[in-house]
Order: sequence, then C-alpha cells, then structure tokens
Amino acid sequence: MNFLFRRKRIGGLLTVVPANEGSFLEEMRRFNFPLNRSLKLKEVMGYDKHRLAQDGLCVSDLAVYGLQHLFAQGRLAREDIDALVLVTQSPDHLMPPTSSIIQGRLGLKQDMLCLDINQGCAGFVVGLIEAFLLLEQPSIRKVILINADVLSRKTSPKDRNSFPLIGDAASITVVERDTEDSVIHANLKMDGTRNEALMIPAGGLRMPSTAATAVLEDVGDNNLRAKDHLRMDGSAVFNFVQTEVPPMIERLLATAEVPMDAIDWFLFHQPNRFMLEKLADKMRVSPSKMPNNVVEHFGNSSGVTIPMAITLNLRAQMMAQKFRVCLAGFGVGLTWGSMLLSLGRLSFCESIDYPNTAEQRHDE
Amino acid sequence: MKTLAQLLNEIRPEFDFTASRDFLLDGMLDSFDMVTLVATLDEAYGISIDGVDIVPAHFRNLDALSALLRKYGAAP
Repeated sequence: MNFLFRRKRIGGLLTVVPANEGSFLEEMRRFNFPLNRSLKLKEVMGYDKHRLAQDGLCVSDLAVYGLQHLFAQGRLAREDIDALVLVTQSPDHLMPPTSSIIQGRLGLKQDMLCLDINQGCAGFVVGLIEAFLLLEQPSIRKVILINADVLSRKTSPKDRNSFPLIGDAASITVVERDTEDSVIHANLKMDGTRNEALMIPAGGLRMPSTAATAVLEDVGDNNLRAKDHLRMDGSAVFNFVQTEVPPMIERLLATAEVPMDAIDWFLFHQPNRFMLEKLADKMRVSPSKMPNNVVEHFGNSSGVTIPMAITLNLRAQMMAQKFRVCLAGFGVGLTWGSMLLSLGRLSFCESIDYPNTAEQRHDE
Repeated sequence: MKTLAQLLNEIRPEFDFTASRDFLLDGMLDSFDMVTLVATLDEAYGISIDGVDIVPAHFRNLDALSALLRKYGAAP
C-alpha cells in the first residue's frame, strides 16, 4: 500500500535510554558459552553493550521523563500537543492505553487524541504514517509520536537467541505541518499469516499468564525460555527481511522517481550489524550511507532504532541542514514499511539517559 | 586457501565435519554459527552471499556448502 503526504515534517527528535547497561561478554559467561564463539558473534553481529530497564521501569516512565525534559528545555509546550501517538509492544497495562497514562501524568489538555499502536520494529514508519494522517485534520497541528519498548522485561536472560540483542529505549518525535511544499512517499505491507515469527505467547487473553507459563523450558542450544517471554524465529525473520526489504525500497524509489544514488542516508531498523550489511550489499548501497552501529551501543529497541541511528550518528548534520533520507522498518506482524522524505534542520536532535536512581532523576 | 572443513572447524573445533551428512540435525551448527560461517566465507572467498541464500538447506553438509560457493563463482 502506497501513501503520499504533502507539507508535513519531522520537527525534532529525542531518544531516551536507561542508564543501566548490560555487557554481551559478561552475559555470555552465564551461558557457559565458549569465549571464541562469543567474540566471533560480537564481531559479526555487533553485539556489545545494551541498555536495560531495571526496578520495574515502564514505557510511560521513559516517555514522561523525555517529554518533561523537552518542556524544561523549552523545546515543546504542553498546550501545543494535539495528538499523542504511542507505538509499543510492552504497554504499562492491557488497559487503559499507555498514551492516556502519559497524558494524565503530564497534565496535558483534554482536547487532544491519545492513541496506542501495537507495533514493533516497523513502528517508526507506521507511527509516522499515522501522525501524517492525523495532521490532515484542521484541528491537529502537532503530533507527538512516541516509540518505546522495555522488552528486556519480557525476554529470558537465559535465551541466547534474544537477550543479547534486546535494548530498552524510547524516542519522542515532533511531527508537524511544513511551510515548504514537501512531498513524502511511503509504503507499507503486512502479512499476518506469519504472525508467530515474533511473539510473546502468554500474557494476553488467548493464553493468560500463569505459574505454568512462567516455567523456563529448554528450547534447544541450551536456551531456556518461558511462554511469558519473547520468542523469535531468527532464521525466518532474517529470511523475511532479506527477501522483502530490497524490493520494497526499489518500489518506493520507483514510485517517487528518485534514483538510489540520490539518497543521502538509508536509515533502517537496526536488528544487528550482519543483517544491515547484507541488505546494503544486496541493494548496492555504500555502507557509509547506512549506519549499522545502534545495536553495539544500545541493543535493538524495536521501533526506536531508527531515531536512535539519527541521534547517535547524525545529530550535528541534522541540526544544520536537510537530507533526502530513506527509512525502513521491518518486524512483528509481520510488517515492513519504508518512507522517503526530507529530514533535517531539526529544532532538537539529542539522546539522554534515564538515570538509575530516583535521586538522580530528581536532580535533572 | 583453507578447506571448507578447516573453516568450519575454526567455528566449531569440537566436531568432525567430514563425517556428517547433516550438520544441523547432528547439532553441529546453530543459527548463530551459520551467520558466523557466512561472514567467514564472504571474507575467505571475497564474495557476498545473498541474504536470501542464508537458509538451512545450504548449510546441511559439505556438498551443500560447496554448491552454494559455486553459485557465487568461488571454488571450494
């Protein structure tokens, strides 16, 4: 499905990561995994450090902390927020919507829309599409898109296939109208027949969490996981990405009539370094145009990795000038989406830590 | 140039890869080993194995791996 938007823009980007940091090599020792194999994985996949929620940290905590930072810095005014779109797979509760919790904690106005979207690694593209659609309404002038997940809390620390790559984080994106005649192309595809490739089996109503769903089971290769935990069919997801993403980008650029070499930055979801290098090879994109270092610094934080690739690598550039960028997200659903837009001259582009202790957070 | 079995042994030195017809069924390679092996083969042979070819069928035994390398013009 193709989308076309005019006179919309991203005005600013903030990423928020827990200060608590895990180390891949330290965690590998827990698995009794040979050091030489860990070192090879570190080199190939880019696993190194990742940020992890602790002490019951929730999505709304990261989001509220980030928005309070923007209010305090004068980057954003409470009364200017007409819609709050939260994309997460790890809500505070099954109900109410976590976006409503954020609205309430921040004391935002009642004359606004709060909306939760259950999406993951394609969630930045999906969230932007939703935000641009909302901006078609005369009463909506500024949308705050929040991508946030604390999936480490739903990942088995004894599952070598998932835990080393998971990172927790939030991003806050200001989406607004553009005074310039900007044109944004996007496309999105979904395949629900493959919904089990990425899944947390228990905890919803189909399989409520019980003592039995919390029991760790041997799922092969010395990995232990419960039905309450994230389950990822790594081979199926890898093949899905390599099969679907390159033709999706070709179609997007063909629709927009923009050649591949006219793109300044390919800002893709960051599952691991290897997957991104393979995509760059296949698409014949210079690796220098496709950052792939988010996982090594922060882990894979689902829909937050694209904003994080920007705040980590392109902060100064994105404040100073505009670039033609191609975004791509792919993951749970299965869902894959891409977007071609002009990005830059942002009013803010930064990353902050969510401090480990309440005292430190109070001092901020 | 190292043989395929030698390259495999750099990843999993505890196994004899010449003696197995199915590395995956015999528990000699897991999905992370497959990824490490692709990176090793890319570097050793100066190729880039397409991501869509990183499927279990191409990693079951030495014959399957040799056929995969020949597809990319590499002589194992």
